[in-house]
Amino acid sequence: MNSAISSTRRIGVLPEAIAQNAVAVSLDEQLPGSILGGDNARGEQALTVHASYIVRLCRILKERGFEQLSGVTAVDWWPVEPRFELVYFLHSLSSHTRLRLTLRLAEGEQIDSVCSVWRGANWYEREVFDLFGIQFRNHPSLERIMMPADWEGHPLRKDYPVHGYKYSYQNE
Amino acid sequence: MIIQDTAKVASLEAEQELALPNPAGDVTPDGPGLQRRRMTLNMGPQHPSTHGVLRLILELDGETIISARPDIGYLHTGIEKEFEAKKYQQGITLTDRVDYLANLSNNLCYSLAVERLLSLEIPPMAQCMRVLLAELTRIQSHLVWLGTHAMDVGAMTLYFYCFREREEILKIFEMFSGQRMMTSYIRIGGLALEPPRGWEKAVARVIERIAGGIDEYENLLATNPIWLNRTKGVGMLPVDVMIELGITGPLLRAAGVKVDARKDSPQSSYDQFDFEIPTRTANDVYARFEVRMDEMRQSVRIVRQALDGMPSGPWQADAPRIVLPDREKMKTQMEALIYHFKIVTEGFRVPAGSVYQVVESPRGELGYFVVSDGTANPHRVFMRTPSFGNLQALGTMLEGVLLSDSVAVMASLDFVLGDTDR
Repeated sequence: MNSAISSTRRIGVLPEAIAQNAVAVSLDEQLPGSILGGDNARGEQALTVHASYIVRLCRILKERGFEQLSGVTAVDWWPVEPRFELVYFLHSLSSHTRLRLTLRLAEGEQIDSVCSVWRGANWYEREVFDLFGIQFRNHPSLERIMMPADWEGHPLRKDYPVHGYKYSYQNE
Repeated sequence: MIIQDTAKVASLEAEQELALPNPAGDVTPDGPGLQRRRMTLNMGPQHPSTHGVLRLILELDGETIISARPDIGYLHTGIEKEFEAKKYQQGITLTDRVDYLANLSNNLCYSLAVERLLSLEIPPMAQCMRVLLAELTRIQSHLVWLGTHAMDVGAMTLYFYCFREREEILKIFEMFSGQRMMTSYIRIGGLALEPPRGWEKAVARVIERIAGGIDEYENLLATNPIWLNRTKGVGMLPVDVMIELGITGPLLRAAGVKVDARKDSPQSSYDQFDFEIPTRTANDVYARFEVRMDEMRQSVRIVRQALDGMPSGPWQADAPRIVLPDREKMKTQMEALIYHFKIVTEGFRVPAGSVYQVVESPRGELGYFVVSDGTANPHRVFMRTPSFGNLQALGTMLEGVLLSDSVAVMASLDFVLGDTDR
């Protein structure tokens, strides 16, 4: 779990947990207030970031060598607030390193799309919108991808039952 | 899934009025009385060449594709949702069915992810066996790709040859686990069962047969003028565009990018094996064909090394709360019975945390992001499947391509809809 889920803190002071982390420190220098936490558990780098900085951070990280976005997904921590945890998986092919960016979003909160940084974020963000209901601003075509276009509800949310709401979806 | 956008078709019809040819006049294509008109065509979801239930909404100008929009979701069965309703060990059977042509690779990725959360050490024999089975899976997946690719382009005989060889590998899987495809043989903590008596001879026999077969099948196509005409120079995209769009696996290796999870972040004793990552630079369908043929040869190499150097020892980790006890012990010893009962009914609790485990599936980079909240049910399992990333680029790859070439391009992507839609 991430060490800090609050989205307000003093700008310019990194949390204890990642004050030694070179990547986090340099990112925080470029964009003060963007890095809220992180950890290095099991050899994986994960940084908790502030939602409003995501596009700028991704642009900086792409310039630094993270050419590929492996995926975007969300985790629903309902009933804990803020409910959604968005996770971005970054991959640097040249230096064989991976980085994970996570941020917390409340229900109904929107976030900027990173399609302008990596075009490959398109379908992943559509999937998150389809299955969780998180809206992405400036997305080229935010529509459902897995579920039919006229589906109601967002199936991967924790308050959506596994078996759906109807006994049979045929003969509608 | 997008239901037919009738508004778009109607607007297209409105902007280009249909002009009928004048029977008495000149009927050359761009002559008086005839107009070019773009056609919106549906390819799929039921189509022999789309390799599953993929729907492509194509806008055609004659035979040239102006734009192609893949529409997926026809095979979406909510596997990620089901994970949350099951125990960790029950999730293995779900992973088999995600990519139904690379079952053991998915089993392996999920098991490795959960084992990392549990900080579980896997004995060397189980690790070596996992590598052997993962490479056999790669060979049989590539055989399916080769057979279907050749059949799509027109060389139908190869399909039968490839499936005949694949049958031998499936018999090996059946020998190990009782199941041909959905083996669930790689479990959390090691393997499901002890490898059967005589498996070394059976695997050795099959691998010799396949090694000979690979050269034979490549010879059938590699210098065939029809094959060369249909695959050379087709399906190219600039490398940085491919990387940005999320393509991984043999497509990147055919463009010269030497990236393979088996070498970059070796797991399960892959670093103890001697093998190469084949690459090409041409970045067309033919280069992808060559890369996958070479990958099959490297897999044969790895399997031979695994056979020669298979360590002896237990095939499951020493973790009585996680791994099911031996069946006979369960029937006679009290502790084994209790452990069995607890594991089956309550499962085992995994420490809270999240891990992203990457494995090189036959299709590309396969990643499982497992989030645990400390209970016996996974909180979230996200499968970063290679086919989803590769299919995203299909629209860009098919722009300006002839309709008949689109079939070759799709076959070279080697996607599986179960992988895409989950």
